[in-house]
Amino acid sequence: MSPEAAVETSKSGVWEPNILAFCCNWCSYAGADLAGVSRFQYPPTVKVLRVMCSSRVEPAFILKALKDGADGVLVAGCHIGDCHYIDGNKNAEVRINNTKKALGKLGIDKRLRLEWISASEGLRFSEVIRDFTEEIKKLGRNPVKEVKLNE
Amino acid sequence: MSDSDSKGDVKPVESKVDQEEKRVGVFVCECGVNIGGVVNTRGVAEYIGTLPGVKVTSVNKFTCSDSGQADIQAKIKEHNLNRVVVAACSPKTHEPTFRACIEEMGLNQYFLEFVNIRDHCSWIHMWEKEKATEKAKDLVRMGVERAKLLEPLQASEVPVTDKALVIGAGVAGMQSALDLADMGFQVYLVEKEPSIGGRMARFDKVFPTNDCSICILGPKMVEVARNKNIKIMSYSEVKAVDGYVGNFNVKVEHKPRYLDVAKCTGCAKCSEVCPVEVPYDFNEGFGTRKAIYVPFPQAVPLRAVLDMDNCISCKACSKTCESKAINYDMQPSYTDLNVGVIIGAVGFKTYDPEPRHDFGYGLYDNIITAMEFERLLNAAGPTGGHVVRPSDCKEPIRVGFVNCVGSRDKATNIYCSGVCCMYTIKNAQLLKEKRPETDHTIMYMDIRTTFRGYEESYNRSRNLGVKFLRGRPVEVKENPVTKNIKVRVEDTLAGEIRNLEFDLLVLATGIVPNEGIGQIQQLLKLSKAADGLLMEAHPKLKPVDTTIDGVFLAGCASGPKDIPYAVSQGSACASRATILLKNKKAITEGITAVVDPDVCVGCEVCISMCPFQAIKMDEQAGKANVVKALCKGCGTCVAACPTGALEQSHFKNKQILAQVKNVFKFDESVMNKQEPLGSSNQEIVT
Repeated sequence: MSPEAAVETSKSGVWEPNILAFCCNWCSYAGADLAGVSRFQYPPTVKVLRVMCSSRVEPAFILKALKDGADGVLVAGCHIGDCHYIDGNKNAEVRINNTKKALGKLGIDKRLRLEWISASEGLRFSEVIRDFTEEIKKLGRNPVKEVKLNE
Repeated sequence: MSDSDSKGDVKPVESKVDQEEKRVGVFVCECGVNIGGVVNTRGVAEYIGTLPGVKVTSVNKFTCSDSGQADIQAKIKEHNLNRVVVAACSPKTHEPTFRACIEEMGLNQYFLEFVNIRDHCSWIHMWEKEKATEKAKDLVRMGVERAKLLEPLQASEVPVTDKALVIGAGVAGMQSALDLADMGFQVYLVEKEPSIGGRMARFDKVFPTNDCSICILGPKMVEVARNKNIKIMSYSEVKAVDGYVGNFNVKVEHKPRYLDVAKCTGCAKCSEVCPVEVPYDFNEGFGTRKAIYVPFPQAVPLRAVLDMDNCISCKACSKTCESKAINYDMQPSYTDLNVGVIIGAVGFKTYDPEPRHDFGYGLYDNIITAMEFERLLNAAGPTGGHVVRPSDCKEPIRVGFVNCVGSRDKATNIYCSGVCCMYTIKNAQLLKEKRPETDHTIMYMDIRTTFRGYEESYNRSRNLGVKFLRGRPVEVKENPVTKNIKVRVEDTLAGEIRNLEFDLLVLATGIVPNEGIGQIQQLLKLSKAADGLLMEAHPKLKPVDTTIDGVFLAGCASGPKDIPYAVSQGSACASRATILLKNKKAITEGITAVVDPDVCVGCEVCISMCPFQAIKMDEQAGKANVVKALCKGCGTCVAACPTGALEQSHFKNKQILAQVKNVFKFDESVMNKQEPLGSSNQEIVT
């Protein structure tokens, strides 16, 4: 994003989604750090929550986030084969895909995304955030959250 | 460590911790202008100060500085704080600093919560100051809510076996092994090739002083062999690594040499009678070696090896061998090692231009790589030190050099290999000195002569008459009759197209990751960078450490390096490793899984999920039990537990959920106490 464009969107006051990103300590969190060190700009729509491994992310966390205000949830871990804990990310894959299926029944499965981002992929981290932000923008506000607000 | 303490030590303290009043101090760092230039740190501190439980907030120019840390300590004392939140850079670099800082004040080090508002906020939202400030408030609020729920943990001490494993016996690995051995530690030096020495053993002379490579390396190799504390395991590979810092269990496979090393004298008479000739890999495929051979004259150990893939089983060698060393039925053997630290010095290989036919390599005879040129230059090489061209074995007069082949090129490797400029300069110098009638042209993009003596060497080659042409060949063709190489290149300094003809063209191929680097990466659980090389813990401040405690990296495994740099890293690894080996103990993270036996139903789901076999069934009680020393604290089992009996200390459900709840200003305390739900809508949705 160019400085001018960033300032423009910053001022425009258009709705911007809220994204929660669970990042594993070893790859994706470090990837997010590298995006920072490299100054790869991405929209301030995402907040990173550090877990030791992507396999620590329970479906309950995702549901809680979607219920409580997230328009999108990203779970990011090491690439398959590179997991710091041998194959935690494979467990995460199964778990997140099952959660996605359950969310599919509610029609909100596109709001959950699983990505593999390594410690050296700072650029990719920023690209994933930008891409996910655009996708969520198209989807609009999380309807579950709206229900919650109107309770 | 007994199994029983894994469930015992957290619970009793927990109830007490739950009851005490949470007094949180929040320290916002400006990091000079890194954070302060984007995020309104005072605004963040003011807002955070209104949150329940926050007793004091403070903004520092550099929280990590002495005065910043003194401020934390003073405020802990003044306000009787029991939780500390630092909002600054990345916990990956600075968490230990602040843990130590609060521990000095008598707080448990796990009462620190670290919030990243630099790498994850100010640096990536540089032009959106207001939004970055809002985001920083959210991030710090998440941290405060989590901090209130943090529980004390004890980092555990593990004993360290005072032995080291060095993988790779190139110059970097040998230096590590020698330094450690000289400090009195037992070292196992594992090398996959039949001889130690690595790539440096193949070089002719080494820049910038052009000393004979094997003449300076040979004595070092002998020194390694003579050192009583070093056990060389040549022709061997690491097959399995298990355990953790201080206590690694390593399985080493010894590939069969098909001869008894104890009996072989290295006389090489077997080679003389062997009828099979294959291209000689040590000479980059120039010349031949026999199926049974001594790797090279200075090899350590100086023993023959039988290459079974090319053996025709004529048994001529067996008949000749006086010491009856040869054994055709040899099988791989294995050694199990227990070591405290592992140093990975797995080296590099040079870029192979053959598949892409870079600059015509592989298409035309008279184009060779610099490594091949190096072997031709060597007096012990295939031509006895006469540089000849492959097409007709004539000594070339006009020699062209192309730099940056497989380096600084988006199509191959984007990085600079760092050594090619210098070795090309050296190669041209050496041939020019040997045969002054030769004419040398180096085609380069930039000449990089960064270290001591390098620029002097560059100047010397200019004085010798080596020509430097800034430009990259755009067309390389062969004259089918003379087999000369015609190069079309733009001289970008003169702004002219040049058509040059060479008798021999040499490609300066770059440094690429070694074969088997992926296997080592997985065995040691290291990270690999986008360029395929292994990653260090910190590129500047921890250049030889890795993210795995007790594992260090030396040499080209973590990026291109010249010899002095690789040797320095070898010594650096030894020095870093000695801290563990000498203290005989290491501190491991207190973050593990914990079972609540009252809730556990013994379903064993966790046991099947654990990649480290750290959960055992307590058969008597019918409950799962976490072996703390084996648990790495990933939390896979915790997420899988259907009853909620498992928790991950420091990443408990309630701690993570506290963050989740506070990501989007849905703090219940705010909702319940300050305003009705309806009126808070605007704030949430903006």
